[in-house]
Amino acid sequence: MALLQISEPGESAAPHEHRLAIGIDLGTTNSLVATVRSGMAVVLNDELGRSLLPSVVRYGVDGAVEVGYDAQARQAADPRNTIVSVKRFMGRGIKDIEHVESMAYDFVEAEGMVKLRTAQGVKSPVEVSADILRALRERAELSLGGQITGAVITVPAYFDDAQRQATKDAARLAGINVLRLLNEPTAAAIAYGLDNAAEGIYAVYDLGGGTFDISILKLAKGVFQVLATGGDSALGGDDFDHRVFCWIIEQAKLAPLSHEDARLLQIRAREAKEYLTTHGEAPITARLSTGEFVDLKLTTAIFNEITHTLVHKTLGPTRKALRDAGLSPDEIAGVVMVGGATRMPQIQKAVEDFFGCEPLNNLDPDKVVALGAATQANLLAGNRAAGDDWLLLDVIPLSLGIETMGGLVEKIIPRNSTIPVARAQEFTTFKDGQTAMALHVVQGERELVSDCRSLARFELRGMPPMVAGAARIRVTFQVDADGLLSVTAREQTSGHEAHIEVKPSYGLSDDEIAAMLKDGYTHASDDAFRRALREVQVEAQRLVEAVQSALKEDSHLLSTLERAHIDACMARLQAVMIGDDRRAIDAAMDALSKGTAEFAARRMNQSVQRALAGKKVEEL
Amino acid sequence: MTITLSDAAAQHVSRFIAKRGRGIGVRLGVKTSGCSGMAYKLEFADVAEPEDVVFESHGLKVLVDPKSLPYLDGTELDYTKEGLNEGFKFKNPNVKDQCGCGESFNV
Ligand SMILES: Nc1ncnc2c1ncn2[C@@H]1O[C@H](COP(=O)(O)OP(=O)(O)OP(=O)(O)O)[C@@H](O)[C@H]1O
Ligand SMILES: [Mg+2]
Repeated sequence: MALLQISEPGESAAPHEHRLAIGIDLGTTNSLVATVRSGMAVVLNDELGRSLLPSVVRYGVDGAVEVGYDAQARQAADPRNTIVSVKRFMGRGIKDIEHVESMAYDFVEAEGMVKLRTAQGVKSPVEVSADILRALRERAELSLGGQITGAVITVPAYFDDAQRQATKDAARLAGINVLRLLNEPTAAAIAYGLDNAAEGIYAVYDLGGGTFDISILKLAKGVFQVLATGGDSALGGDDFDHRVFCWIIEQAKLAPLSHEDARLLQIRAREAKEYLTTHGEAPITARLSTGEFVDLKLTTAIFNEITHTLVHKTLGPTRKALRDAGLSPDEIAGVVMVGGATRMPQIQKAVEDFFGCEPLNNLDPDKVVALGAATQANLLAGNRAAGDDWLLLDVIPLSLGIETMGGLVEKIIPRNSTIPVARAQEFTTFKDGQTAMALHVVQGERELVSDCRSLARFELRGMPPMVAGAARIRVTFQVDADGLLSVTAREQTSGHEAHIEVKPSYGLSDDEIAAMLKDGYTHASDDAFRRALREVQVEAQRLVEAVQSALKEDSHLLSTLERAHIDACMARLQAVMIGDDRRAIDAAMDALSKGTAEFAARRMNQSVQRALAGKKVEEL
Repeated sequence: MTITLSDAAAQHVSRFIAKRGRGIGVRLGVKTSGCSGMAYKLEFADVAEPEDVVFESHGLKVLVDPKSLPYLDGTELDYTKEGLNEGFKFKNPNVKDQCGCGESFNV
């Protein structure tokens, strides 16, 4: 029997027509699912009252697929078939993954995304993520007593097209209708209701189990823009555990440990760390397989001392993200704390000292992302309250553009445009009689293609031959609500069209994105110079080609002396145009234009006469 | 005529209203539709309509429109958990039979 929730006035759904929407935080270490019940975002627990689902999947030899705590429990016993932290593999090739050598998996190098060989065959990260998502969907369906209408799934702000597409594919495989992918920091900000707050700039500090992310968001007109992201993909609560683990070994003067004893002490270390969040000292006791007995007390003072370099390590990327955004700490209106490890008092203190304001921490830090996603899902599914008629938009993290002559990037959609978005621009042909055009789609902030990331290449063929510059090719970039790109090129007179969905096989790492963004800022003036240079070089090349083709056709219109002068001007231009002296190129172009002015006039006359000769009088 | 909230329902209603930040109580009603003829309506109430019949239960206002009232008289709104699912349930003495889903009913 269905249980009812309280609806907004006038919004009671007809029986069996409830729009059940969920938010999913698909984390590296843990995943969660949340929904809005009677107007309140809540995380959905499993049968045992646990909210987290460890992001671990085991493909057993017996054909069973275990997800969550069960899989985690068998991880040590069956490391090869137990996949942890699969999020790190999403949309990635083997070359993109750090520490491959230290992982227990049997990697299969595949085109595009890496794959893993398990007892149940080769699995792609998309399939593994789909198994996690399926478990969450089933939990939600049991909790809500019906079919899920749709879900909002969160992804890190720095996830690129390949990683976002992989996440969407995983959801589809799990039978989930994705209403939208949402950036994790944006979701956290929504959970705190910052989207209803005054405009301002916020920082989201996310210290999870294994990763640290810092994002700087700007809220303007109900839209969050990601101003900068940064972090450390190998820094998290686990590192604090490790420091405590090392301290135990040192204090108890333990000999090298067996695998099982090491696991046991790692677990004790984590327990002690979490206990210290609310207590002044933590007892650590364990009986090892060697018969040795560990009996220690870890005080807050010692814990702070052995972990303070880790705390400090998060401030470097934080400072850098602020610098990338061109901001100082006092310009931040609020700091949102995300991730279980931000519960530690010394983290709270460090963040407070750094920003000079008390961080927002009254929501459960490992639930905020899921809660924000649920809030957004509820809105997108149409269960909105009166006055809530805003629709939160996201922005694209890096500019999208197309390669033009000379290896220059023409930006079509600038970075931080709100999505969904469509923009078009017209291009033309460079050569006479050109019937095909190669289009190269790139992503990045720099002016030169070689400094940006290549997303896709495709060709528009079968255009009618026309003189250079006459064809009109309209290139349309469209980014959907999930940040996925499609590009269409259409020749306007003939209607010939080519289209591509950008599904790049490789992703950029967050470091690369951050580097590309920073690069874009620091090289702005440098780039402007190079861009201007490239532009004259392209112009010069065009002039040389035009003169060459004119000479080929009509050199009979010139005297030997005239011809020699033109040749000399052209040689001069060809010599300087490969250099980087813009003024010299300009001057040489000028000389060649002047030197060929008379020639051009004669050619014009000739063609007019020919045209007249070929036509009957009546037609004129 | 009476309509009441159980302890659990009252607790949840006040929590949801507090979280929502506005509202004077809950509105209960019925509308025609569904697999056995009529369906329950459960909504936050922001304003009382002049024709509304207003009950007080655990200090909370329960608003009912006069057309719905005959179908709901004697109802207790309860809040329960069933497995992983939780939510409100109408305990309505007027109901003769209801569809398996419990969302719609006949009197
Ligand atoms: N009370 C606590 N005190 C200190 N640390 C805690 C506490 N509770 C949880 N943690 C730590 O939080 C970390 C897990 O955080 P969380 O669940 O947010 O990770 P995650 O989002 O899955 O990971 P990631 O962000 O790396 O993908 C663990 O290191 C855990 O020990
Ligand atoms: Mg996380």
